[in-house]
Amino acid sequence: MVAYIARRLATGLVLAVLVTLITFLLLSTSFDRVVAAVLGPAATPALIGPTKERMGLDRPVLVQYLDWLGHTVRGDFGTSYFTSEDVVHAVTGRLGVTLSIILIALVISVVVSVALGVLSAARGGVADRVAQGLSLVGHLVPGLLIAIGLVFALAINLQLLPATGYTPLAEDPGRWAATIAIPVIVLVVSGIANMTAQIRGSMIDELRKDYVRTLRSRGIPTRSIVYRHALRNAAGPALTVLSLEFLQMFGAALIIENVFALPGFGSYAFNASIQGDVPIIMGVTVFSVLMVVSLNLVADLVNGWLNPKARIH
Amino acid sequence: MSVETLTAEQKPVAPRRSAARRLLKDPQALITGGLLLVIVVLGVFAPLLSGHGANDSSLDAVNAGAGTPGYPLGGDHSGRDIWARLLYSIRTSAVSAVVATTVALLVGVTFGLVGGYFSRRIRGITEWVFSLVMTFPGILLLIVLMPVTKGDVRVTMAIFGVLLSPSIYRLVRNLVVGVRNELYVDAARVSGLPVRRILRRHVLVVVRGPIIIATAFLMGSAIGVQAGLAFLGVGSSTVPSFGSMISDGFRNLYVDPWQFAWPALLLGFITASLVLLGNALRDALEGSRPKPVKIAAGPRQEPEAGESTGDLLTVRDLAIAYPTPSGELREVVSGVSLTVAASETVGVAGESGSGKTQTAFAVLGLLPAEAVVTKGSIRLHGRELLGLGERELRRVRGHSIAYVPQEPMSNLDPSFTVGAQLVEGVQASCGISRREAKERVLALLARVGIQDPERTFGCYPHEISGGMAQRVLIAGAVASEPELLIADEPTTALDVTVQAEILDLLRDLQRESGMAVLLVTHNFGVVADICDRVVVMRQGAVVETDTTLNVFRGPAHPYTRTLLESILDGSTVRTDPPVAATAGREQ
Repeated sequence: MVAYIARRLATGLVLAVLVTLITFLLLSTSFDRVVAAVLGPAATPALIGPTKERMGLDRPVLVQYLDWLGHTVRGDFGTSYFTSEDVVHAVTGRLGVTLSIILIALVISVVVSVALGVLSAARGGVADRVAQGLSLVGHLVPGLLIAIGLVFALAINLQLLPATGYTPLAEDPGRWAATIAIPVIVLVVSGIANMTAQIRGSMIDELRKDYVRTLRSRGIPTRSIVYRHALRNAAGPALTVLSLEFLQMFGAALIIENVFALPGFGSYAFNASIQGDVPIIMGVTVFSVLMVVSLNLVADLVNGWLNPKARIH
Repeated sequence: MSVETLTAEQKPVAPRRSAARRLLKDPQALITGGLLLVIVVLGVFAPLLSGHGANDSSLDAVNAGAGTPGYPLGGDHSGRDIWARLLYSIRTSAVSAVVATTVALLVGVTFGLVGGYFSRRIRGITEWVFSLVMTFPGILLLIVLMPVTKGDVRVTMAIFGVLLSPSIYRLVRNLVVGVRNELYVDAARVSGLPVRRILRRHVLVVVRGPIIIATAFLMGSAIGVQAGLAFLGVGSSTVPSFGSMISDGFRNLYVDPWQFAWPALLLGFITASLVLLGNALRDALEGSRPKPVKIAAGPRQEPEAGESTGDLLTVRDLAIAYPTPSGELREVVSGVSLTVAASETVGVAGESGSGKTQTAFAVLGLLPAEAVVTKGSIRLHGRELLGLGERELRRVRGHSIAYVPQEPMSNLDPSFTVGAQLVEGVQASCGISRREAKERVLALLARVGIQDPERTFGCYPHEISGGMAQRVLIAGAVASEPELLIADEPTTALDVTVQAEILDLLRDLQRESGMAVLLVTHNFGVVADICDRVVVMRQGAVVETDTTLNVFRGPAHPYTRTLLESILDGSTVRTDPPVAATAGREQ
């Protein structure tokens, strides 16, 4: 078990190195612009050369990358070219805002889509029509439009919620909840659309299997067959969707943060990219890759716990 | 005949044509497809349809209202023609969709074919590469790489295409792995057809439908993501795009909501049409989507009046039908009558498709939800079972009737230990404590011939053999001490040597407990082995009912005779000659 986790983490690290290397190689093609941006309006061709040298951007790309990697593994992610802010501090601060939105949205989506997906698969009828309708709507309308529509309706017309801005949880929990409410709703709509369909599908697959009939033949109550047996077997495929859904929400959150002017990961990464703030771009990349890797590991471990065939001894 | 001509005949021309015809009759496909076509045409003829370029700005037109001469939908905050910008934005969306989808398909299909068709090792490599691609945080990467792409729509969408490719890769790989082992692909391979040709002619045909469906969805997500990025400001400000229009309009919302509404509506129409078109394509190419599985008793039926015979089980004039796609009912069992007396072993014999398993399921009340019992009666001790609710049926199943299935492995829940499944059944039917139930299950496992009951009790189904699994299932069935055991081909899926042991076990259990057994089988050897009487079924009807001895001695129906001839040539199940069969042959 420990060996398995260690092996998975090692592969994860290799992945992280590869992803950051590729990103760095791609970024290196535009280092001249970065230097120009750092110098600002004062940039002249005469100044660019020496500045590039001072920043170490004139060295061979691989050397630069290894240098960055060496510092990074020691926990030194560097500082922003523009604000001199410590990268780790800056990135983790922003990540908190984005992750809180995503995790809340994910939990709500999971609860609703499991309930809806199971009801829809095992009962049919109204529950099935509601589930199918919801998942259609979630797919039909781009999240961006749902976001703006909700701002228009709830914040501007009804004045129920603040349209934009962010209040930290520690400052005022009530206002915090109000500021993230609409972004969370937007993510939940698409989350439910994706996961309900998946859970409904795998529940239908399970309920059609032979063992369900055999369990019924022994007089076992329907409730136990649906919730204990079929749901547990359907959870494996659903879990894969869950980790993909997390990634998708992460991407969507980047755009939605912008609509609501939330000081999250996305807007931060966006500004860093526009400026060409290489240390921050690299830090953002490392954190997101590590997040994906650990998420996949957790998904696999839970799957192993659920599915005895995949269990690691 | 060469493989070439064979495959020419196998090409699924007819279904393809009918799928296209279904599509043309489907209003959803027609409307969404038509709408998309109109939108694309508008984009193509943008210069003809609008007097202004997308970026022409005029101070006179700043926030001009709709209907201003030359500005049918008005002007935006920098005095640009909204109508012209909408038309040119269609072009940007179309380019995004085409670039991203083309890249995703090229990468995904190529590697899917390679990874699916060739050796495990190559698949290992492609798997790894695509799991690497999936680790890239999609939209974030597109933002991060802005200094590299310089916001060019085509470059950005090409990268997005690569990020989309894992889904296509997985789709194609799974389909190819499935088709790779088909006989006709084997034949092509053996006959020395070049790999490239096999992939193109045989494998691509299979993946074509799912790819067409996926393309619609890919285009939708490419257009959505492009708009989202442009909304953020990724991309050149001179390229008109729904995203940048929505962003401008959003900022100008209080001045003129229509500046926001037009691009939002058009974008919404386009992505919604693509999703709906994709759904219509799926229905046309892959048939209907899966329906819910309702766990409930069949439709309530008025019990027919009938005198109680003294038998344990009386099935009278039973008919079962299934709805066809066109809505009519097709009978699979038509008017079957049979009886089982207490402690009697009755065989139901016939080929597959003769309705024998359907009859058995009907007695158990376990027909699939879509099955309809159109007439007849099933009585246990004179009590009508048809029309009972699920709760009452559950009591009957837990106490009086038990079931041994055909395929042992698929009839055990893979996620629970053997013991846990059996204990739950015992508790449900007997209402005893968990500890007592466990003891009972261990005793039963020992009784059905499992060497180490404690160990098997803690095993998961995949850890035991097929023969063991069948013993476990028999233990689960007899746990409730039923009066009637329905065994559906209980030995068919097992090794020949194990078959005989399982039959012996069933016979011993039947003698010990005095339960009746209804044994569904296609094998007259099995019938000869343990059945007192036999019911021969063909095409949903009973053709002959008699004692086993009589049937073997002189089959009345020609069909029975054919069945017997196909069995009694020395290939019976047992190594020692079955008693009844020998008796039949000797006389």
